[in-house]
Amino acid sequence: MRRFLRLSPLLLAAMLISIWEVGVRVAAVPTFILPTPSAILVRFAAAWADGTMVRHLVPTVIEVTIGGFIGGGAGLALGIVLGLSGAARRVVSPYLVAAQSTPILALGPVLVLWFGPGLAAKIAVCALITLFPVAIATLVAIRDVEPGTIELMSSLGASRWQSLRYARLPGARAGIFAGARVAATLAVVGAIVGEWLGGSAGLGILLNLARGSLFDTPLLFADLLQIAILGMSAYALVLWMERVTSRSTA
Amino acid sequence: MAHLQIQGLSHSFGERLILRNLSLSIASGESVALLGPNGSGKSTLLRLIAGLLTPTEGSIIIGGSGAAAGRPDVGIAFQDPRLLPWRTVLRNVTLPLEIAGEDERGAREAAAAALRRVAADLLHDRRPAEISGGERGRVALARALVRAPSLLLLDEPFAALDAITRARLDDELPELTAGAATLLVTHDVAEALLVADRVLLLDPVGSISVEVPGLRSLPPAHRRSALLSADGAARQSRLYEALAAVDHA
Repeated sequence: MRRFLRLSPLLLAAMLISIWEVGVRVAAVPTFILPTPSAILVRFAAAWADGTMVRHLVPTVIEVTIGGFIGGGAGLALGIVLGLSGAARRVVSPYLVAAQSTPILALGPVLVLWFGPGLAAKIAVCALITLFPVAIATLVAIRDVEPGTIELMSSLGASRWQSLRYARLPGARAGIFAGARVAATLAVVGAIVGEWLGGSAGLGILLNLARGSLFDTPLLFADLLQIAILGMSAYALVLWMERVTSRSTA
Repeated sequence: MAHLQIQGLSHSFGERLILRNLSLSIASGESVALLGPNGSGKSTLLRLIAGLLTPTEGSIIIGGSGAAAGRPDVGIAFQDPRLLPWRTVLRNVTLPLEIAGEDERGAREAAAAALRRVAADLLHDRRPAEISGGERGRVALARALVRAPSLLLLDEPFAALDAITRARLDDELPELTAGAATLLVTHDVAEALLVADRVLLLDPVGSISVEVPGLRSLPPAHRRSALLSADGAARQSRLYEALAAVDHA
């Protein structure tokens, strides 16, 4: 039974894909509307073989990685400062909430105006979109560490920095990584949308190309598959970082 | 010469007076139990001595100098063990030494010795969630003892434990804390008599009203029976009567 439950997501996927494959063939849906999964896989492999996918994947990976680490790092730092200082929290929190309720993606055109149509604007979108979930998760987790634990640290003569290092940060780890997991998938969204604002290569650009001038619907779906794989990889990277830091705090 | 000397201590939180003109002294190596109903300011007194609060009035002198948070010669165990759940037992006990900047090897050796002293040396690599409540109480005590404090402050450290575990720790406590001046706060009359040389009663207005000698100086095997002897029963009933009197005051 447990083995069945572990395999059940795969079984469900296999079932849905089979229905999709058979349905499209039986109903004779035109490929330019909805290609079969097998056609998408064939196109996916071909795009990898002829170098199309790599050419568009690399810039997106760079944007997600650099933007994600800058945004995540800045969010962590901001969250720690706001979590520790009630005064800073009272001054900055309203702006943090206001900034989070502004759709970051709508700022895209402004960022292109400032940073130009190159890599920088896309990194900026990724960084901004990852900053807020990490900052807010960190703020809450740092602020809400047990008061008893903080009193223990004072009784041991810990400085503010030691209290942060030995008690608040390790205690807040799970909360911070919950924010980082959300941010990881958002970073990919940020990169794709950033690319729609202009540029020559990237998975977001490829989406537009496949839908527009190339009119290659299987390629469009192959690109979506690649984006999904990238999102899951970013998520997996965060999970791995969580595991590694859990070992080092033991 | 008293190791802990408190004079004219008063403390209030806003309008509410918690302690009033309290004076108390504890000699080196002496163990004193402070008994009092809930809300009589017992825990506040310990926090003042530990330097976690600043008194409204009065003075607290420990070994010749004023109270301050984080003094290495003062150890404190709180009502709950407050172990860091992500650290192993050993690393919970090394924590005070890490904060004091001691090297890792020395810290580990001292922590292992403290755990041996409280009979918890088989637990080194376990996490707090993997050990029993009584074991957590022992580990918290080892953490309080690891810097070899000359003054030990215990805030009902076994209050959350079951009766059997608690009785066992009460039996062992005088030997575990030997050498340090100890101030134990409790609302358990038998516990106070078993572990202390002197039992003091803190009344609701936060001053000390009654003093009864404890049974700590007896050999460990005789303390429980002494508690039930005519003399022990008389001491218990004196404390119960005094507690009832302050409760109705």
